[in-house]
This record gives sequence, C-alpha cells and structure tokens, in this order.
Amino acid sequence: MSGFSLKNKLFYTKNRLPCKIWFVIFNIEKIMTKVNITLHINGDKYSAAVEPWRTLAEVLREDLNLIGTKIGCETGDCGACTVLINGQSVTSCLSLAVESDGKEITTIEGLSTQGDTLHPIQEAFIEQGAIQCGYCTPGMILSAKYLLDRVPEPTESQIRQALSGNLCRCTGYHLIVKAVMSASEKIKLKSEESG
Amino acid sequence: MALPRFSYLIPKNLKEACLILAEHEDKARILAGGTDLLVQMKNRIVQPEYIIGISNIPHTDYISIAHQQLVIGANTRLSAVAQDSQIHRYFPALAYAASVTATVQIRNMGTVVGNICNASPAADTATPLLVYDAKVVIMHPKGERSLPLDEFFRDPGVTALKSGEIVKELILPLTPDRSGSNYQKLSTRSKVDIAAIGVSACLLVDETETVIQARIAIGAVAPVPKRIPRAEKTLEGKVLTQALIEKAAQISMDEATPITDIRATEMYRKKMVEVLTKRALSKSMEQIRTQ
Repeated sequence: MSGFSLKNKLFYTKNRLPCKIWFVIFNIEKIMTKVNITLHINGDKYSAAVEPWRTLAEVLREDLNLIGTKIGCETGDCGACTVLINGQSVTSCLSLAVESDGKEITTIEGLSTQGDTLHPIQEAFIEQGAIQCGYCTPGMILSAKYLLDRVPEPTESQIRQALSGNLCRCTGYHLIVKAVMSASEKIKLKSEESG
Repeated sequence: MALPRFSYLIPKNLKEACLILAEHEDKARILAGGTDLLVQMKNRIVQPEYIIGISNIPHTDYISIAHQQLVIGANTRLSAVAQDSQIHRYFPALAYAASVTATVQIRNMGTVVGNICNASPAADTATPLLVYDAKVVIMHPKGERSLPLDEFFRDPGVTALKSGEIVKELILPLTPDRSGSNYQKLSTRSKVDIAAIGVSACLLVDETETVIQARIAIGAVAPVPKRIPRAEKTLEGKVLTQALIEKAAQISMDEATPITDIRATEMYRKKMVEVLTKRALSKSMEQIRTQ
C-alpha cells in the first residue's frame, strides 16, 4: 500500500495547509489499485489481490470460487448473498472485500465441518422440502444459523422476523419456517446427546 | 451492478478522516455501514472519487452512559442500539425504531449516525432522536462543535455538515423518572420496508400527571424529520386527557406537508399522522402509568 504521491504533496503546499497537517496525512493508506487481503473463510486462510471497489460477494464467487453464496438484487434487499462476518449476518453485496480483510467469514460452504455430514439446519431444509429453486437457500440457512446461535428455541414469529431480510421468489416461506423449527429441535437433541 | 471505481482511503482515526474530507471536499465520501452509500453508488446517483472507510477505526463503536447522558459512537450499529438493555430502559422509542429499521443484515451493517447523516426524511431513528433532544457532536479539522438534531436536518439528503466535517457521536440526556416515549411506524410491506409515516412522542409528567415536557416528532411527511413545537406547547402544563391528545394530533396533522409517492398518498399520510400521534401519545402515557 503506497503513501501519498508527489502530486498530493504539491496540492497541500498550494493550499497552504499547515505543515503539521500534511505530515499527519502523509502516512494515510491510499488504495487505488489492487490490494492484497487475507480472508479467514470457514476456518481456511485465503489470500487475494482485489480492487477496492469489489464487493465481498464478487470476490467470494469470482476469485475464490466459493459459489455457494448467491448474488440476487445486489442492493441488500434480497439476502441471497448473506454471509456471517465475525459472527454477524451481513449482505456481502454491500460489503467491500477490502473492509473484510483479516475478518472471520462463514459462508454456506463452511456449515458442515466434517466431510459429507450436513449441518442440522441443512438436514432440516432437505427433510421438510424447504427448497424449491434453491437460490435463496444459502442465505436463508445462514440467517437461520444467525438466529439459532442467539435464540436456540425461537417462536414462529421470531423465525419469520429473523428471515425477513431473505426473499424467496418461489414463496416457500411456510416450509422454510417449519424447517428452522425442526432444525432447532435437532440441535437441541444433538446437544443433549453429546452432553 | 458493479460499483464505480474509486480510491479507498484508510484513516487511522476520525481526525484524519476529517482532514482527508477537507482536502477532497465533494469528491470524497465517508463509508461506515455502506448500506445507503454503496446502493447509491451502484445506481450511479453518487460517484465519489475517494471513499474514506471509517468502519475499522478503533474506539468508534460504543454505547456509553455517564454523567446522565447516553453517547452513541460514529460506528455503533443499529443492531447494537436495538439490543442494548440501557437504551431499552431509558430510550425505548429509539430501541424500537432501530429494531424495525430494514432487515437483520442491514441492521448488523448500518450505523445510527449513518442513518442520521443520510438525512432521509423517513429515517426510522430520526424522530425518536428528535424527541429525546439528541445533540450531534460534529468533528472538523480544527476541533469539534455540537448542534441540536433539529438544526441538523436541512433538506432531503442534506445536513448541516460543512466541508471537512463528520459526525463523531450523538449525545442524549437520560430520560428522568415519570417519562414515557413511543415510536409508531407505518409501512406497506411489514416493518422491513421504509417508513411511509413515522411518529415519535416523549412525555414527562409530575405526580398529578400534569405534563411538564412534551415532545412530538414526525417523519416521512415533510422534507425533513421535524418536531412539532405547537403541538408540544398545547400539552405542556396540562393534565393529559383524550381531548388534549386529539388536539395535539390535529396540530401535528396540520403541520405535516407530505407528498404522494410510491409508499403512500399525501392524503393518507396526513390522516395517518393524526392517528399515529394519538397512538404514540397514549402509549407514552401508558408506559408512565406502568412504571
């Protein structure tokens, strides 16, 4: 990452700003071309060189081939691109990849940690038939995970509110809500079994 | 819909952010949550040459209560405000407004200060902050100044911020005992949608239920979110009755100057200002009685 160019120095001199100020500014990082970032995705470390205007969703799909994350509206309305950054659910189409540098990211690919075993939420979605075209599913599942991490036994209305930022154009909401209910029971059973 | 190209600047603190903003003036924009700015950029409504990313600046994401004041930092997310137990206790209308702004994901990204700086007439957090007499602390290259929130909004999308100025934090005086407040919102598609009408009220009464101080603010029905001092004055010094609530609601309706747009018609908005003012005042009073 480069410092300020000569042109910028001249700019300050021309505008007669106190020396002290441009001395401070001199060290500010300025990114115009590609910048190297490190992303911690699903427990793995990825390095990428990205332009500052590229969104996290674009970098995940196009540079890192993590195409489980979908791009829908691109304006944060549909929730298809939902991922967890440091445990918080966000729409990755409105997150700059450079701002995710060094952060922990969970995508749909990272939910089942052991080989072929699915996460209880994924199992529940399949069993309940909560998937039609499937495009909204990764986002729905991550929003469900964000909810269940905080509220292990949610009510129907809590589930509906938690999924309000995810649109399903097949309008399969009823079965999706049922799947989240069932996932909550599965997780509860699992934790009882294990301990 | 790719973002237009820009240079990305990373200041180490808010002071540096001010300096850069002062240098580049209109060519630069501050990026915090990004939920408004990036959408505007994708739609080519704004195309800044420089983006000043402040979201990773340390010590800017805080909610603190000290010296009878609540302070909300520049990077405090809407979800943090919606979940904070102290804000629930002292500023229930603000906590509720933050919890019904957009969606879960947007609340995890968007900031309260950003919601104010974007200066949408329909901003959910604007009317609660107005009724709580919020002060905006503005940082500029030479120091700081503060401004009451009702002088901060100038026009749709326009604030009192001058070149090189950014909002450092919001300060709200703690609400005393025997006060109650409420935010009422109407939108077509559940709470996710942008408010078609929003009304907040805050009442402070004495033991005899005489109103000591009243605050009413309306949103999405005028070029800026605004308080209705004339309605507030009709309540102050009197015992709150249904007739008085109706009178204040009538004044609020008269002072609303809405437009017809995709979310609601002018006539509907005006009528609903009256209804929501009544509801907000009654709920505020109920809250005081159940304390």
